[in-house]
Amino acid sequence: MLNNRFINQLISSFFDLSPIFAVILIFQVLIIRQPLPNAVQLITGTFFVILGLTLFIQGLELSLFPLGESMAYAFARKGSLLWLLAFAFCLGFAVAIAEPAISVVAKKAALIASVQHAIEQTDTAKNYYALGLRITVALSVGFALLIGVFRIIRGWPVYYPIFFAYSCIILITPFAPPHIVGIAYDSGSFATSTITVPLVTALGVGLATAIKGRNPMTDGFGMVVLASLMPVIFVMLYGILI
Amino acid sequence: MIEWLSQFRLEFLDTFQDFFPIAIVLIGFQLFIIRKPLANPRKILIGFIFVLLGIVFFLEGLNMALFPLGKLMISQLTMPDFLGVHALEVTTHWKVYTWIYVFAASIGFAAALAEPSLLAIATKAEQISGGTVRALGLRLAVAIGLGSGLALGVFRIITGTELYFFIISGFIIAIVQTAFVHKSIIGVAFDSGTVTTTMVTVPLVTALGEGLAQAIPGRNPLLDGFGLLAFASLFPIIAVLSYALIAQWINNRSLSSKP
Repeated sequence: MLNNRFINQLISSFFDLSPIFAVILIFQVLIIRQPLPNAVQLITGTFFVILGLTLFIQGLELSLFPLGESMAYAFARKGSLLWLLAFAFCLGFAVAIAEPAISVVAKKAALIASVQHAIEQTDTAKNYYALGLRITVALSVGFALLIGVFRIIRGWPVYYPIFFAYSCIILITPFAPPHIVGIAYDSGSFATSTITVPLVTALGVGLATAIKGRNPMTDGFGMVVLASLMPVIFVMLYGILI
Repeated sequence: MIEWLSQFRLEFLDTFQDFFPIAIVLIGFQLFIIRKPLANPRKILIGFIFVLLGIVFFLEGLNMALFPLGKLMISQLTMPDFLGVHALEVTTHWKVYTWIYVFAASIGFAAALAEPSLLAIATKAEQISGGTVRALGLRLAVAIGLGSGLALGVFRIITGTELYFFIISGFIIAIVQTAFVHKSIIGVAFDSGTVTTTMVTVPLVTALGEGLAQAIPGRNPLLDGFGLLAFASLFPIIAVLSYALIAQWINNRSLSSKP
């Protein structure tokens, strides 16, 4: 039975991924017109991508989705708002501090800041700046999940915190040093990783299902977007302060 | 073979390391705060191993097949010879770069459809809405949004227009759309728009941005390469909201035309 499901999932993964193969093939054949380097590696790689997606989706249904939802139920039954908020914050902080993409960007940002003479041109100053930036992003993602959970419990409309974040970004940008703006806008995109998104979604949907008077469709989503908007605000503030 | 296995092991350890702090938070809260045994710990453990292995295979495959190709194509497309620009001539008209726009749009479209976390959110939304929200429709809307967003982002890098201007216009469009769209779709629209920027999209988009900023005269790769991802997470939101608005409008019209 499991085998059958696995094969079905394998086939559906292939269809899910087919557009990206098509685009690359069409461009390669029609526009660039150069022979493909290393065909064996390409085919193995393609198979790996399909297998990986299949395992990922199967694993989600077995672990991240049920775990997120069961933790949400447990917290709701326990009725302790403080612990739930602490959990949301820790989860967001842990995700962002571990994300390798963020540390790469932080290093690049430190380089830019030193080229622009915003900080001293020494390695210590750069490392210090990069670490500060990483902690800033981690704090902002933790804060975002905290607000997201608080919103679901209070039953505020989804767009309140989103619009608030938008307004903050619009207001702060003109005051932020120009070299930080591009980095700030991009840093939000790095904060949402492939493991976090399903977990956070399951948590939100689980909470909205467990709490009376909330609708999982209307209230359960909306946390991931906050996790990508908050870092923009925090990183710009970091740029202004440093 | 052995070389490959050790590479694979490294990749697995990397992924595991990224996941480690998250696991600590999950286990810590489960053990000390919730203090209730999990319903099915074995199933969850197996599922976690599947997720980690899945990510490793996916990344390994991307690194073997798609990324080298994508990056090769980006570097070929951004070559001054291909574009027909001269390094010394700073004022190049933005229309010269037609193929770059087409390429950016198609790579955005395709990458969104391949993105695992978008698939996860779309599936969840379909389950919860009881089928009113279709996973495929949602993914297509996001893909169109990402494609047009990247094309516009490339236009910005080429013309050197302020990033701020585009982002604020995008925000305002999204806010106006939110006012008219049915409230049950708002959360899904914003979340699914955001998740386009993970595993598949980020490396390709970063390579595209840096390649362009290097190739185009008068652009600084350190400064102008950034900002493309902001387009990648804003425009899919607008596209999903538009999709929902169009669906609403068609529904209303067919309802009102019936006696």
